[in-house]
Amino acid sequence: MTQMTVNDRPVRFDMDPQTPLLWALRDAANLTGSKYGCGVGDCGACMVLVDGEALRSCLITLAEAEGRFITTIEGLSEDRSHPVQQAMVAEQAIQCGFCTPGIVMAAAALIQRNPDPSEADVREAVPNLCRCGVYPRLVRAIQRAGRVARRRERISAAPAPGIDMEDAARAVPALRADSAE
Amino acid sequence: MNRGPVLGRRAFLKASAAAGGGLALAVTVPMGASAMASGGPAELNAFITINPDNTITIIGKNPEIGQGIKTMLPMLIAEELDADWDQVSIQQGDTDAAKYGPQLAGGSFATPMNWFPMRQTGAAGRQMLLAAAALRWGVDTSELTTEPSVVVHAASGRRATYGELAGEAATVPVPELAGVPLKDAADFRIIGTPIGGIDSPKIVRGEPIFGVDTQLPGMVYAAYERAPVFGSKLISADTEAAKAEPGVIDAFTVAGNGNPTELVDGVAVIASNWWLANKARAKLNVQWDNGDWTNHNSAKYDADARELMANATAAEVFNEKGDVDAAFANAAQVVDAEYHYPFLAHVPMEPMNCTALMHEDGTMEMWAPSQTPQGGQGAVAGYLGLTPDKVKVHITRMGGGFGRRLNNDYMVQVAAIAKQMPGTPVQLIWSREDDVRTDFYRPSGWHRLRAALDENGKLAGIQDHFVTWDIGGGAFNPAVMPANEFPAPYLDHVRYGMTKMPTAVPMGALRAPTSNAIAFTFQSFLDEVAHAAGKDLPTLMLEIVEGAEAEPDTMGFTGPTPGFNPQRLRNVTNKVMEMSGWGQPVAEGHALGYGYYFSHQGYFAEVVEVSLNERKQIQVHNVWAAGDVGSHIINPYGALNQVEGSIIDGLGQAMQLAVEIEGGAVKQSNFHNYRLPRMPMTPQIHVEWVKSDYSPTGLGEPALPPVIPALTNALFALTGTRIRDLPIDTSKFA
Repeated sequence: MTQMTVNDRPVRFDMDPQTPLLWALRDAANLTGSKYGCGVGDCGACMVLVDGEALRSCLITLAEAEGRFITTIEGLSEDRSHPVQQAMVAEQAIQCGFCTPGIVMAAAALIQRNPDPSEADVREAVPNLCRCGVYPRLVRAIQRAGRVARRRERISAAPAPGIDMEDAARAVPALRADSAE
Repeated sequence: MNRGPVLGRRAFLKASAAAGGGLALAVTVPMGASAMASGGPAELNAFITINPDNTITIIGKNPEIGQGIKTMLPMLIAEELDADWDQVSIQQGDTDAAKYGPQLAGGSFATPMNWFPMRQTGAAGRQMLLAAAALRWGVDTSELTTEPSVVVHAASGRRATYGELAGEAATVPVPELAGVPLKDAADFRIIGTPIGGIDSPKIVRGEPIFGVDTQLPGMVYAAYERAPVFGSKLISADTEAAKAEPGVIDAFTVAGNGNPTELVDGVAVIASNWWLANKARAKLNVQWDNGDWTNHNSAKYDADARELMANATAAEVFNEKGDVDAAFANAAQVVDAEYHYPFLAHVPMEPMNCTALMHEDGTMEMWAPSQTPQGGQGAVAGYLGLTPDKVKVHITRMGGGFGRRLNNDYMVQVAAIAKQMPGTPVQLIWSREDDVRTDFYRPSGWHRLRAALDENGKLAGIQDHFVTWDIGGGAFNPAVMPANEFPAPYLDHVRYGMTKMPTAVPMGALRAPTSNAIAFTFQSFLDEVAHAAGKDLPTLMLEIVEGAEAEPDTMGFTGPTPGFNPQRLRNVTNKVMEMSGWGQPVAEGHALGYGYYFSHQGYFAEVVEVSLNERKQIQVHNVWAAGDVGSHIINPYGALNQVEGSIIDGLGQAMQLAVEIEGGAVKQSNFHNYRLPRMPMTPQIHVEWVKSDYSPTGLGEPALPPVIPALTNALFALTGTRIRDLPIDTSKFA
């Protein structure tokens, strides 16, 4: 069995070691945030962090991932508080949202090593495909995420889970005892 | 430019009805109100539930493909309900025509179809809350007003939240929708406010909200092998080797039902994960009967079409007006040109997929990313021999649609597979290669256009010989063009005709169907005409409609439809000229081009600024877009996203996209040879709205068509090379 750390938890996959990490995450670990878009490393929808580097999980086998630290979109932050997550919502750089997790992971890796990226830096570090064409907003969103990472700005566009849109609606009057679900 | 009710729309209605969509002409809103239990949530109607804690749950009925409809339709309800938007949560409605009326993501129809019905639905809910407060306080409803989610009796200073009134409101008589008073537009609090996508916070956390994220206990995964060659039939399949692969649960043949929009012959492979299922396809030994279809290829299609345009007259004339032959014989100048555009694929980011569970009682339950879930429900029911109520279809969010998911072939496929495995949930996923090679393609087409100019340089007549496809009847036919295609209605001498060629390539609607091709063809050709007459295209366009008045209203698919109004063309043209500095000097080595189109009831004029780099590659610097879609931009965030996305989509089509047929099959396979636009291609996009008095119409499509001719016309201005074939061949820029 192949062992690795996924979102800070030790995981052993009882699967063919040649299984692409993407399909192990999706079909076995129930981590469906990483998306299948092309299967050949072209679109970037399956990007995850492997030892901190944004890589395409459709191209990495379980065998190659052995012993690595994998972070998926589900593990990027507990509470949606990562600057890139907040900035993507704040700039409305989302249409259908299918490519978004891969873009968030690529951008998170970029901000980690360069929190003040130029437009050219963003274009190079985020080669992901967005069929809907949110590109004009992506550069803005990622640079804004960098400003948040550098503590130049704060955003609270997407509330933490427990107070997401649906939950927040319940949480506001909630200081009343009868409102608990 | 489509004027009045277009061919496409009627054909679409017919197609949807034929597919079992049961589309009604108006949204029906069953108003059976019921307080669930004392102190519990109160359902005011099918769309509105008010909870005792004053939160409100609103149903979004239409499928969400990224166009923002799950946010926008509930905004209309919340506006007239006068709800506090911060306390609204939105739930996706399941497929239920009787409960919700039409549920459709296509044709930019949602806005015109729902502008009144959704508002009336909200307003009816508000009337019920007012009636409940009036009863409670013993006052007349005319003395009551609302603030967001609160009913107010100003005279006595009494206030009650919607949550406090909901239980009683659910028991009062339900008002007639048609007569319910609507807000004055000046009082809108939600319509016109930029509101982010309701699912965006979930999306950035990777929550499982897309169809392909569906996970059910005991679920297995399926891949489907079909013939690469269109039109071929299954002879036999040896599945033993595939079945022997590790993790493979089963493999079996599936017989098609003769309708390629539902089910083609194939072989299903079922495994414990999708990678294994898909991999085991290589072990299948399948014999296909390809007939003569392997002789079909794009080069032959092109040669045949050009031969027809050069030497034949159109087989079928669909618009003949005046004395065309005399007009051309007497012309001072004739402009004569051939245009061509290729097949295109949709390639939404989320590949085709669907999850199905055949229950032991013989009913089917599905989790379907479909733009026409009611049509899919009907198709599956028809295939299984069930009534539609025995097929429960949950609508999932979709990773894009672009028209691909108007056809529900993947739904019927998974139903055919799940039928063989009662009690086991099956998730069918297509590979990207399956998706590129098994689409309903934007039809390719050829046009020989001729224009007659009189001695004053005035456009006197036009002819088009359109070479297109015989793709059978019945279904929505995207391989046609409107008989009244602009500028026909404004000229005295017109002959539009077509000749159809045989093919088995499946075709369907791609975002802005017909318009995405016809806009390029006609607006590029009219640019040629303008140059021949020594003027620019905006000038020619304004000249053609000079003095023309609005066409009378007609009855369209979405209800009363305003006729084409040339004033709206003038307004967006003048606006985009002002925005782009049209006619003023541009940067050294840059040029501007203009394109205009009217489609899906939206008027868009766009200007592209272009240059070539040292490697003769196209650099698009700026795109200015002026649009008129009526009186209100309901959600400015969503609207801008749709226009920006449409423009990038159109530029990608113009610059680098084509599907080619070789040996009866599609040559392209994945994103490396079907190259969608990436971030570096993105220009600065500037959008402004021209408001008019008309009810608002949709934005999924109409901003796309004009950007293509705006680009090709800009390239002509820059290089003197006329682009008559898509995608643009940059080697022509010597």
